[in-house]
Amino acid sequence: MNARLEAPVFDLAIVGAGPAGMAAAVEAAARGLAAVVLDEQPAPGGQIWRNIEASGGRASLGGSYAKGAAHAAAFRAAVADYRPGTLVWHVETADHEPARLWLMQGERVGQLRARRVLIAPGATERPVPVPGWTLPGAMTVGALQTLLKGAEVVPSAPVVLAGNGPLLYLTAVQLAACGARIAAVLWTAPPGAWRGAVPHLPGFLASGTWRAGLGLMRDFRALGIRVVRDVAAIEITGDGRAEAVRYRTAGGASGEIATGLVALHEGVIPATNLARAIGCEHLWDEAQAAFRPRLGPWGQTSVEGVLIAGDGGGIAGADAAPLAGRLAVLGAAHALGRLTLPERDGLAAPLRRDLDRILRGRAFIDRLYPPRLARAALPDAVVVCRCEEVTAGAVRGAVASGAQGPNQIKAFLRCGMGPCQGRFCDPTVTRLIAEARGVPEAEVGQFRLRPPVKPVPLTAFAAAGEEVA
Amino acid sequence: MGLATAHGLARRGREVTLVAEGDAARPASAGNFGLIWVQSKGQGMPAYSAWTARSATLWPDFAARLAEETGIDVAHRQTGGLHLCLGEAEVEERARFVAQMSNQMGAAGVRVEMLDRAALREIAPAVGDAVAGASWCAMDGDADPFRLARALGDAARARGMRRIGGAGVAAIRPDDAGYRLEMRDGTTIRAARVVLAAGLGNAALAAALGRSFPVRPQRGQILVTGRLPRFLGVPTTHVRQTAEGSVLLGDSKEDVGFDYGTTMAVGAQIAARAVASFPVLGGARVVRTWGALRVMSPDGFPIYQTWPDLPGLWALACHSGVTLAAAHAGPLADAIDGEAAPPEIAQFTTERFDVPTALAG
Amino acid sequence: MFRRLSPAEAGGTPVTFRFEGREIAARAGESVAAALLAAGEAVFRASPVSAAPRGPFCMMGACFDCLVEIDGLPGCQACMTIVRPGMEVRRDRIAGAPA
Repeated sequence: MNARLEAPVFDLAIVGAGPAGMAAAVEAAARGLAAVVLDEQPAPGGQIWRNIEASGGRASLGGSYAKGAAHAAAFRAAVADYRPGTLVWHVETADHEPARLWLMQGERVGQLRARRVLIAPGATERPVPVPGWTLPGAMTVGALQTLLKGAEVVPSAPVVLAGNGPLLYLTAVQLAACGARIAAVLWTAPPGAWRGAVPHLPGFLASGTWRAGLGLMRDFRALGIRVVRDVAAIEITGDGRAEAVRYRTAGGASGEIATGLVALHEGVIPATNLARAIGCEHLWDEAQAAFRPRLGPWGQTSVEGVLIAGDGGGIAGADAAPLAGRLAVLGAAHALGRLTLPERDGLAAPLRRDLDRILRGRAFIDRLYPPRLARAALPDAVVVCRCEEVTAGAVRGAVASGAQGPNQIKAFLRCGMGPCQGRFCDPTVTRLIAEARGVPEAEVGQFRLRPPVKPVPLTAFAAAGEEVA
Repeated sequence: MGLATAHGLARRGREVTLVAEGDAARPASAGNFGLIWVQSKGQGMPAYSAWTARSATLWPDFAARLAEETGIDVAHRQTGGLHLCLGEAEVEERARFVAQMSNQMGAAGVRVEMLDRAALREIAPAVGDAVAGASWCAMDGDADPFRLARALGDAARARGMRRIGGAGVAAIRPDDAGYRLEMRDGTTIRAARVVLAAGLGNAALAAALGRSFPVRPQRGQILVTGRLPRFLGVPTTHVRQTAEGSVLLGDSKEDVGFDYGTTMAVGAQIAARAVASFPVLGGARVVRTWGALRVMSPDGFPIYQTWPDLPGLWALACHSGVTLAAAHAGPLADAIDGEAAPPEIAQFTTERFDVPTALAG
Repeated sequence: MFRRLSPAEAGGTPVTFRFEGREIAARAGESVAAALLAAGEAVFRASPVSAAPRGPFCMMGACFDCLVEIDGLPGCQACMTIVRPGMEVRRDRIAGAPA
């Protein structure tokens, strides 16, 4: 008998143990679903609540971080089968059959099956391609936050933060509270951005998130950090590693700051690699300037049995994600015959009310913190694909040679064929093609992704024919 | 195939318009393994062995010319190639095949020989103990299909080829001046001559003209690893290390219709064979996998078709677009432009598929 | 470039491993990338195309710029691998395939 047939079948496989995944696991337990939680991280919390259990919600990291402790505790109390350190590197779906998930835990390969797969992949930072962004010492703001939360490692010399958005404010405050020095913030949101945001102010006020936002801005201002406003372009320079950052403001002022560490950030975008490799349909979200999966009211994707919740379905933040995770589980529980329709809708109503309230605040934030460096005209020499070192000029040249979309660019230039599988060049490639062809990004589309979701050893493929988790 | 032909016609000074599909298209060239392969071609069809050998012979000049005209190195190498045999049974089977083919290959000027372990290790020191032998042909080689496609397009464009992308052809109708191509976006293109090189799409285009063009999809799955230090200097049927250092693994064959997907069952087989062939690959990481559809005729050999009452119209299909690119850009394009057809391709018409039916009837 | 808020030996279980033969002090539960950055290492590999130096960029498993070889297995993400006592870490050696 074929060993593959013996892979265990779960009602629900939850991929990711961040805000959405953890809440989904709690809800699944409450509904009596046989669920398994698979997460690449060593501990629950996702990116935002990374290391929350070990750090005990460290006060210097602020209230939004401390909130995660209760979520993690509830998750631990409810979850029956939680597998940290587990990469889901491929999901095979078929109509009317459980999906099959291929796993890697260290060097061990395994597989399992699930009637519903809930992906809660979270977000990644929007790539901000600028000259010099591949130098050691050029990082993302999120990377600095990860080092602080995950290992209590902080910059040893004054760091420059470039970009905009709530995470930049938050990280500056967290770093300062731990004694790290910030040489300057190069703030890229245009001064007029608030005008576009104002019409969405009522929704933001109703959402209730304004209190935390105001508090954060007050804390940031109190630090007295040097802020260069209206920065329109930056360049990281150095011989073999970052040594300085040059900037230019929209008003024409320019300057240079010596620093060995420059952190970039212009917001976050949904992490879509797994969903796209599965074949879920994605669409362009103009307000967030990013692609996101097309989702139904219960997180349903275009692929039967595959659901998405949290920021991976569209950026809505850590308050919204748990609600979306729970709603997706209620939908799945009904689809699996564990909840009647009235039961599902009754349980969902208060969740949906809260979620709608939070979502109403999003448009304000999106417009207040628009990406700028990540949307600016790119010099030809800037590296777009970090893995294969493909420049903006090369992408434009390939379009001139007849490449019409990302998949042809990939074939022409190997752009997106490196180990990151396009994670850090995809949005830029789509944008460059759109600019060169004079068509919207929605029409250009994205790289067609293929398994594996992350590079795995060939031996994992070879073993995938036989082994069972 | 279309690009090579277009390039050859543009070189002959013809005014060429390439009607290409958009980014969602999956041309066979984008799924090609990149072999320029002679040693196993043409069983039961000596003309195919000869045609393949002719293209392999034309390849060095073809690649040099492309580099000169476009600055693109298509990474052509004629290093010789290996078909690795795992275990003695595979060696015996391969040796029988090579012996059967020897007369036919000899007539085409091709020499294929069996190598024992020791001889094999001199050529490919990284082979594993499971490899019991191999067949070898010095005429085999490889090239980068992506770079080839780009170079052909650039070279043809430099000679005035126009490219119409995205819309796709809805129908082709003969008219007084030749042919009228009705595009899906409502526009029309007129041409004195038309070459159908739409791969599997040729079946529908020919059917709309009332002709039979029997091609079917055969899926091949490919795994590709990240870049590795060079461990393999020659291509093999299942494993090829590219100029960049990444390694392509493949050579699966499945009849699954128009399904471009990949399956772990096949991926696992490809991986297991690759690791057995080259144990150094065990730690290599698979970056992507993909499925591509070969364009197969009923007997697997190419189709180069004209019809007497459709003057100036050719319909082409093959599943070895890289191997045959030099022949398509050269002698085939010459024939399409009115020169005498190369003798090797006289048999490659659809009439050969009518015979068994007639006999059966 | 980076420092620890408290020495690796203080708080948590100390772990030592080697990077290019050099002994690195780390803390149980943290990533290889964090431990190396805290130990002053900035360059984790050379890019396979131009051999340009690269180091950690995103620290969340997305950019693959922190790739290292761990106990002989190339292509490991230093930011996603938790330190283990005695592990042998080296700069990723996949670079250098002839173009």
